[in-house]
Amino acid sequence: MDLIADHISHRFGTLEVLDDVSFTVSSGEVVAIVGPSGCGKSTLLSILGGLLRPSAGQAELRGAAPPASFNPLTFVFQDFALLPWCTVAENVEFPLLHSGLGAAERQAIVGDALRRTGLSDFRATYPKQLSGGMRQRVGIARALAVRPAILLMDEPLSALDSQTRELLMEDFINLLTDGTMGAVYVTHNLEEAVRLADRIVVLSRRPGRVREVVSIPMTRAERGDIGARGKLLSLQNQLWSLIREEAIDAEREVQHA
Amino acid sequence: MPSARCSMLDRADQPGTATPADPTGELRPVAFRGAGFAPKASRRAGWIALALVIALWQVAGSAGWVNPLFLPAPLSIARAIYQLALSGALWQHLSYSIMRIGAGWILGTIAGVIIGFSIGLSSLARGVGITFISALFPIPKIALLPLLILWLGIGEEPKIATIALGVFFSTAISVYSGVDAVPRNLIRMAQSFNVPFHAIVRRVIWPGALPSILAGFRITASIALLLVVSAEMIGAEFGIGAFVLQAGNLMQTDQLLAGVVILSLFGLAVGKLINMLEVRLLHWR
Repeated sequence: MDLIADHISHRFGTLEVLDDVSFTVSSGEVVAIVGPSGCGKSTLLSILGGLLRPSAGQAELRGAAPPASFNPLTFVFQDFALLPWCTVAENVEFPLLHSGLGAAERQAIVGDALRRTGLSDFRATYPKQLSGGMRQRVGIARALAVRPAILLMDEPLSALDSQTRELLMEDFINLLTDGTMGAVYVTHNLEEAVRLADRIVVLSRRPGRVREVVSIPMTRAERGDIGARGKLLSLQNQLWSLIREEAIDAEREVQHA
Repeated sequence: MPSARCSMLDRADQPGTATPADPTGELRPVAFRGAGFAPKASRRAGWIALALVIALWQVAGSAGWVNPLFLPAPLSIARAIYQLALSGALWQHLSYSIMRIGAGWILGTIAGVIIGFSIGLSSLARGVGITFISALFPIPKIALLPLLILWLGIGEEPKIATIALGVFFSTAISVYSGVDAVPRNLIRMAQSFNVPFHAIVRRVIWPGALPSILAGFRITASIALLLVVSAEMIGAEFGIGAFVLQAGNLMQTDQLLAGVVILSLFGLAVGKLINMLEVRLLHWR
């Protein structure tokens, strides 16, 4: 199943946020969206996931969703969005409650999602008892439970400390390795983008326009090699040079706002 | 000459670069400056203070320092409560008050929860509801009792209706404030999983608004108590409010204060009940 941004523009009142953004996320592909602060990255993801109606253009799907998928387009949120009154297992089960599945089937899916994310020992724990990294793992388990075709990840690591980020990045790489699941990964962290994405959509400062689409000419497995680090760093520098001037302008604009 | 970056990194390893402390100088502890601004409630201190005040009050009464007609001693009040309990008058008055509070509170709460949720969830209800609530909320509800007596007669209905009105407005406000306070990201999360509207209300908005709703219950319980006493003082034969008023008219101040003590114990019991509800329903906080 492909996800297509078809000439998407958006404005909040008189503030133009996105301007004619188009690209395609092919089945199993990981596309990162980067750009200066306030360029509309998260707004674009909300539009792609059907949570926000664009002012112009539209998000489209092409091809059938995987037959076992309960929610083909599934978000992983920056702030985790866990229900604080539900345990870990109940949070993961939450999106399945209205899927028509019986309790036993739901429990089997929840158990599998918790096992894949290393949360099996935390079934009965409440979110407030977990660290940030473990909370985001619950968010990922909840997303995996509905068997998505495409994960829509909105800066999923930005609320976490650097060590936890590293551990979760390894988890993401493992999850996306077999190509059965695609992802749109919004981030301001260029290192995350070059480590995870097949292609990187670089947006300009507000209103966000597609400035460049950079392909990463390596598999994710190859990027783990020590020899690939220089190449990745050079790609990261290339991306930074595309964004730097506009990031400075965007920062000054925020300060003067 | 080393670069600035190198000199910053290397400085710790080069004892000559930092200003050395005199190794023979006197050692002194760093003064603690973080005291205060963290008051802790001591339950024991509170009980001791209360016991002291009651004891002092009793001594003042027994020694004849205060006229028992104006301020009867605690033991006289306790005796009056005991006699009221023995004669059955206490239960008779209390049962009328509890019935009025219970009926008025339940009616007002049901209406308040329904209207509060409607205002929290529907644009039309919000536009109409907030206008009406803003206009009517400031009216002292006890002032409506004479009108309600005209409408509903002189029985229990106007008293119950007065309490229900008082409870309704505060409940509606706390419910829609609670709905408004449910984090939007949780609602968007549920929508992103295609969770139907009714399930979002039941599984996200209701538990999310519950802390505010229970806080509202605490306020409406005290409003109901205030209104039942006022209504019973205006027109009732039985009820704690009527009993306190009669005792005052007959200068039976020990009976009067017995009624006041019973009212405060009732208020405390209701507060305790709401605490228990909060512990049970909001254990996840």
